[in-house]
Amino acid sequence: MADATLDAKGLNCPLPILKAKKALKDLGNGQTLEILATDPGAVKDFEAFARTTGNKLLESGEDGGVYRFVIERVA
Amino acid sequence: MTEGGVDLNNTKKMTIIVTKGTLDWAYPPFILGTTAAAMDVEVTMFFTFYGLGLLKKDLDLKVSPLGNPAMEMPMMGGHVGMPNMIGMLPGVTSGATAMMKNMIKKKGVASIEELREAAELSDVRMIACQMTLDLFELDKKDMIDGIELGGAATWMESALQSDINLYM
Repeated sequence: MADATLDAKGLNCPLPILKAKKALKDLGNGQTLEILATDPGAVKDFEAFARTTGNKLLESGEDGGVYRFVIERVA
Repeated sequence: MTEGGVDLNNTKKMTIIVTKGTLDWAYPPFILGTTAAAMDVEVTMFFTFYGLGLLKKDLDLKVSPLGNPAMEMPMMGGHVGMPNMIGMLPGVTSGATAMMKNMIKKKGVASIEELREAAELSDVRMIACQMTLDLFELDKKDMIDGIELGGAATWMESALQSDINLYM
């Protein structure tokens, strides 16, 4: 169970990333954010976002057209 | 932190020169600027010529098919461009603008107002070109708060310290 959930369904690039960044700021180090999105571009974008910012992408998956990501805030 | 002109911290930096103020061209700089900021990049946007209008408090951005043969809109199951002869008729610009704004909303694409607000909230440095302001007789009072005024040298200083410099 993630510490917070962001519903970014229906939003297009770059809104899921921008909103995820904002939501991560409200979390403490080591806490996790679950993101739900429908933008297929979000898959690669969250990978790149995590690699660049150092936050950990713990999970990335798809179920019925909804993409689900779990990111752990690192520092 | 700088010492002898060398940046000691590891923060990546980017500048974008924004020269266009139509609805379509407003997107690339604001999308990349806000995304870079979200990825911990220090972003400076320099607004000059028609790009300066993107800093006005009240935005009324338009897009025109005139002289833009690549602009094809999804229509009747296909994609339809518009001949210049039609694009120049009164009402076509506002019609095309309404159509694009409608698509933007329907597809969950951010509005320019939304992206600009995100840029402000993530401390993107926004510089209005002083010369353009004078040239087009624009007033800083009509622009959003928190912007700076500057010129080519102001951008240059920032560009020299940046990892990425884009012109749009």
